[in-house]
Amino acid sequence: MTPVRLSHFTASSCLGCGRTATLTALRQHRGGLAPCRFETVDDLETQIGAVPQVDAVALPTPLAEYECRNNRLALLGLQQDDFSAAVEDAIARYGPRRVGILIGTSTAGILQTEQAYRRRDPNTGALPDDLVYQTTHNTYSVAAFIRCYFRLAGPAMVVSTACSSSAKVFASAARMLAAGVIDAAIVGGVDSLCLTTLYGFNSLELLSAEPCRPFDVDRKGLCIGEAAAFVLLERPGSSLDADTVLLLGAGESSDAYHMSAPHPDGLGAQMAMAAALRSAGLQSTDIDYINLHGTATPSNDAAEGKAVAALFGDRTPCSSVKGATGHTLGAAGGLEAVISALALQDGFLPGGINTRHLDPAIPIHYLTANSNIVPSRVMSNSFGFGGTNCSLVFGRSG
Amino acid sequence: MASTTTLRGWIDGIGVLGPGLNTWAQAQPILAGAVVYQPQPVLVPAAAVLPPPERRRVGLAAKVALAVAQEAIANARQDAAALAAVFSSSGADCDNCDAICQVLASEDRHISPTRFHNSVHNVAAGYWSIASGAMTPATALCAYDGSFGAGLLEALTQVVVDGVGTLLVTYEVPYPEPLHAKRPLPSAFGLALVLMPQPGPHSLAHIQVDLVEAPADRVTLAQLEALRCRIPSARGLPLLQVLAEGRGARVILEYLDPLNLAVDVLPCR
Repeated sequence: MTPVRLSHFTASSCLGCGRTATLTALRQHRGGLAPCRFETVDDLETQIGAVPQVDAVALPTPLAEYECRNNRLALLGLQQDDFSAAVEDAIARYGPRRVGILIGTSTAGILQTEQAYRRRDPNTGALPDDLVYQTTHNTYSVAAFIRCYFRLAGPAMVVSTACSSSAKVFASAARMLAAGVIDAAIVGGVDSLCLTTLYGFNSLELLSAEPCRPFDVDRKGLCIGEAAAFVLLERPGSSLDADTVLLLGAGESSDAYHMSAPHPDGLGAQMAMAAALRSAGLQSTDIDYINLHGTATPSNDAAEGKAVAALFGDRTPCSSVKGATGHTLGAAGGLEAVISALALQDGFLPGGINTRHLDPAIPIHYLTANSNIVPSRVMSNSFGFGGTNCSLVFGRSG
Repeated sequence: MASTTTLRGWIDGIGVLGPGLNTWAQAQPILAGAVVYQPQPVLVPAAAVLPPPERRRVGLAAKVALAVAQEAIANARQDAAALAAVFSSSGADCDNCDAICQVLASEDRHISPTRFHNSVHNVAAGYWSIASGAMTPATALCAYDGSFGAGLLEALTQVVVDGVGTLLVTYEVPYPEPLHAKRPLPSAFGLALVLMPQPGPHSLAHIQVDLVEAPADRVTLAQLEALRCRIPSARGLPLLQVLAEGRGARVILEYLDPLNLAVDVLPCR
């Protein structure tokens, strides 16, 4: 693919709001998971990665109909690191029709409807009048909110492919840029805590009671988190400084195997990683670090480990940040793209946390401590229900 | 500077399913005005293409998507496993969403694993890849009422930039009450296109798409126009009408205000 420049990026998660807070937590090798006290949930023994600052966010009055946790989280994310100012600059350069919006989410603002079902009319069963479906619950609502917030008039969409959503937006945006449909894209992921995912993963017995331990022999499942991560993508232009991060390649595939279990040999994951390398014109030996999907479920880590070992052997340092951030589901691809970009710019490899005894059955080079190796190119993996896989390759321009 | 790639491709196969529209072969003369339209409840075929365990778990929404996907692939005489896939829907499995919200509002919040994995927006893409064996990229999009346009735009960028044949599937099913009152979709409706980067022996028409600020076209038949206005996947009906008539024309499809998609259609035969 034609490389695409990450002109500006930001992330907010349980590690904190913005790049400095995120980087500091990663550098200090600490996470943000805490026992689940979300909403009315008092019967699940698990840890979550909540963003407490979301509760204090107020949407501007003209955008009141978008009021929901997911859009508040989106606004919180847009306000960090002067990201909104960078978008406004791009709009001034290209015009409001030429800046696209491609956001990944799995559940958008469904929490509004989950809560509204408790307030159904006892006689008619009708939902309360104050539930606004289009601008909160509907999967597109977060992209509509951002389009309205920036008064944009260009292409927009949500990619909602479960936990690969906000990785796949990078591939779609790169295609739109290559086709000349747009000149810049706001991409990223926004996914917020809700009851569907907490009780859903509980039904699959995939929730970890302790902070999750990716690639640990005793891993017991995942911890759900929430995050808003945004990247402004543009064509590279003529002058790039060495710190500029580029999207070099993207690879997508489907397992064609099972709706909620990965292919046991990680075949789809392997295809996505191989496609990403091809797309970037690179060999596996060119990759300095792999940000793993690494959910800490027994089946994901085993399958992903096989896929990584098949392509990279045990040479390439890799880790999952989900012990620190939790699994932010539809926002994970975007969050981990930003973390990959931070690793490239700050010159380190983030080691995974919480992992005490690496699974000896998974022959990969898993980092449990930060490394001062300065990476030039990193891969980031995102896989999801429905057997959807996406791998991205990022690199420094110099 | 912006490149000037033209968004273009060849339509090799069509699938459609809606009230009184059971297949493309049956819908084509209706849309062309040669046969009288008779509204009928949608007859959604069983997803016989799925292995038995998945066939037991699949909901109506994915069945609609699979039906039109299979029809378009069969009409195009293409190998599904060689095509990328773009699924676009405003609501995905709306019955399943209602069922989960009911359980979550009850005393016992235990939802079933099947309910949970059917709740993902890429539910149809997941079942499709299992049914077809396609390990190619598949995506799932939402743009509310602009979901047809968003799907067509994504599919054509894949055709043009990646140079791959792409299956576009747009579909909706109505919510049951009480959500139906908030999002009143009148019926299930599915529309699928097989879009190819090169013309082939089965190509029906060449299309070129541009983003324009011009009002969307309507469908001639009032009853079908009512579907177009109320169901996101039916926003593609004006394109089907032109294809059914077998004529060259520019047709404007609704996308996202203020942008619509101008589709220049040139029949291959």
